[in-house]
Amino acid sequence: MAEISIRDVRKSYGKDEVVHGVDLAIYDGEFVVIIGPSGCGKSTLLRMIAGLEAISSGEIAIGGKVVNDLEPRERGCAMVFQNYALYPHMSVAGNIGYALKVARMKRAERDAKVAEVARSVGLDEFLDRKPGQLSGGQRQRVAMARAIIREPEVFLFDEPLSNLDAKLRVQMRHEIRRIHNRIGATSVFVTHDQHEGMTLADRMVIMNKGTIEQIGTPEEVYDHPASVYVAGFIGSPSMNFLAGTVEAGVAAIRLGNDGRIDIAAERAKALDGKLVQIGLRPENLSMVAPGAGAITGHFEFAEELGSGRLYHFQFEDLTLTVLSADKHSFQPGQEVGLTADPVHVHIFDGATGARLDTLEPMRRRASLEVAQ
Amino acid sequence: MIERTPILNIVTHTILFTGLAILVVPIYLVIVAASQTLPDVMAIPAKLLPGDQLIVNLKAAWVEAEFATKFTNTLILATGVVVGKLVLAALTAFGIVFFDHRLRMPIFWMVFITLMLPLEVRIVPTYAVAANALSPFQSILDVTGISWLINATTGVEVALNWNLLNSYTGLIMPLVATATGTFLYRQFFLTIPDELVEAAKMDGAGPLRFLREILIPLSVTNMAALATIMFVVGWNQYLWPLLIITDPAYGVAAVELSRLVPNMNTTGGDIPNWHWAMAGTLIVMLPPVAVVILMQRWFVRGLINTDK
Repeated sequence: MAEISIRDVRKSYGKDEVVHGVDLAIYDGEFVVIIGPSGCGKSTLLRMIAGLEAISSGEIAIGGKVVNDLEPRERGCAMVFQNYALYPHMSVAGNIGYALKVARMKRAERDAKVAEVARSVGLDEFLDRKPGQLSGGQRQRVAMARAIIREPEVFLFDEPLSNLDAKLRVQMRHEIRRIHNRIGATSVFVTHDQHEGMTLADRMVIMNKGTIEQIGTPEEVYDHPASVYVAGFIGSPSMNFLAGTVEAGVAAIRLGNDGRIDIAAERAKALDGKLVQIGLRPENLSMVAPGAGAITGHFEFAEELGSGRLYHFQFEDLTLTVLSADKHSFQPGQEVGLTADPVHVHIFDGATGARLDTLEPMRRRASLEVAQ
Repeated sequence: MIERTPILNIVTHTILFTGLAILVVPIYLVIVAASQTLPDVMAIPAKLLPGDQLIVNLKAAWVEAEFATKFTNTLILATGVVVGKLVLAALTAFGIVFFDHRLRMPIFWMVFITLMLPLEVRIVPTYAVAANALSPFQSILDVTGISWLINATTGVEVALNWNLLNSYTGLIMPLVATATGTFLYRQFFLTIPDELVEAAKMDGAGPLRFLREILIPLSVTNMAALATIMFVVGWNQYLWPLLIITDPAYGVAAVELSRLVPNMNTTGGDIPNWHWAMAGTLIVMLPPVAVVILMQRWFVRGLINTDK
């Protein structure tokens, strides 16, 4: 059993604190993706779990055992690195079997195991090659095999796909998910790519500037982003944001000079007079006749996506994007009405950026319950 | 911009050939002199074509200078320097590069400073230490009063003595502890990606295992380059053996070579045996040349560091 519990973990380099008190609980066998922009502390957090980085304060426990002072090899973790970190002078077999060699497993037993693992990731033809003679995808497989062979309780991935080309990346993503399903080890995967995050994760952890913004399933994170930050980070094409004021009298949010987005009456009542940011996903906006919509945009251009089109409109000094399967042909500058279903209007506090919604408090509580 | 004009080509080639001549002509003259009889060598005008006495002269020089012993000694010296240097420098650089501790920079600078203190500069104190390798400890005991204490309590007089004169240890040790090798390793170790170190940690390899099974195999070309340089340096040692070796049984080739050229003191004004001296020079030159030719490919690769 290898659940990971992270309690108030901090990391500082000298006076610079880069991870500011993170609480996170990861269940046994779960696939958790930690996602955030570069410099948000996600890799540092992963490396603290691995034991490659000292923990400045707080506590990390793996399988109920506090590992703060344990060496990496004693933690039962295996890690896949971004640049693969294969030993250039060893053959593929040597690379895969090195951990077992260090652990003094008998030669014959080791060879059998290496062959088995290599077969499972499709490397059995390449066992005698050196890493330098392999393609990027193959090297990635070697790195995976090297981690798998140790039968770790915890699998750590540090942006393992970012050096691959787009097609291979998708392939390896599926591969990773398959391996996870087969082995069932607790997995922590760090990435800055939201597609990887959304598709791989059982739960996602969105980090920003050394703190956790939200923890939730990909669906929760997408449908109920806990803050403007998460809302803007997750989803592609990204969410439209508009500033406005709530008016309970008309059950709407007033935008700029002549825009108005309707919301549910009780929500408007609760937030009357409040300065808010509203978020609208491009697929939740629809195009209607000018004047009939909540706001009127001026058409700029459209991007063909094959399955649909992404329309760009100018509204006051903002650009709004609308994703639609309908094929319209507007003239540049043409007025088009835009409207949104009240259910899909995300409302955030204008000052703090926090979600103004009943779901808001779940982002921290969910994690702490597990930790205890 | 590299310009290619006929005139420039002629000029550059002239310069190159002049340089080549400066290097090659003396060696040619050595071969010429080594292949002639003594009267031919001394003849005026000098005869510039090789004679037929080369083998005879080589044999005579080999016997006259007792090169059988000297070569063995020099080989022990050079090999000892190479091995000692490879091991010591690897460990030092390993400590400096891969361990984050407070003494890291002080140690680095201490090693660095030795670059400015070659053996020739510190030859007197080094001789003093070689004469009694334990004298620094003796001094510490004396200064701290421990030797007085021991003397007073037990009546035993503390006199530590470990004489390294006329020994292989004395020949080799002072040449081993120098900075060049440490720097060569350090520069290479710095190019090892952090992730490789971390991967080894995750695989459970301890520091010494990492050094032995990952770093050392990766730095083979660097070691070959260092070994080549140090072998030549060790082989050509003159001043230090001259100073500390008085017993001919420990004499080395370069020193013995100078004794092949008789002077007023040794021959009482006889004509020096230049043909033997030159033959001896040829013999002494061969091993370093052989090593360099043999190691050339590795040597270049190790220094330009592209093989990764």
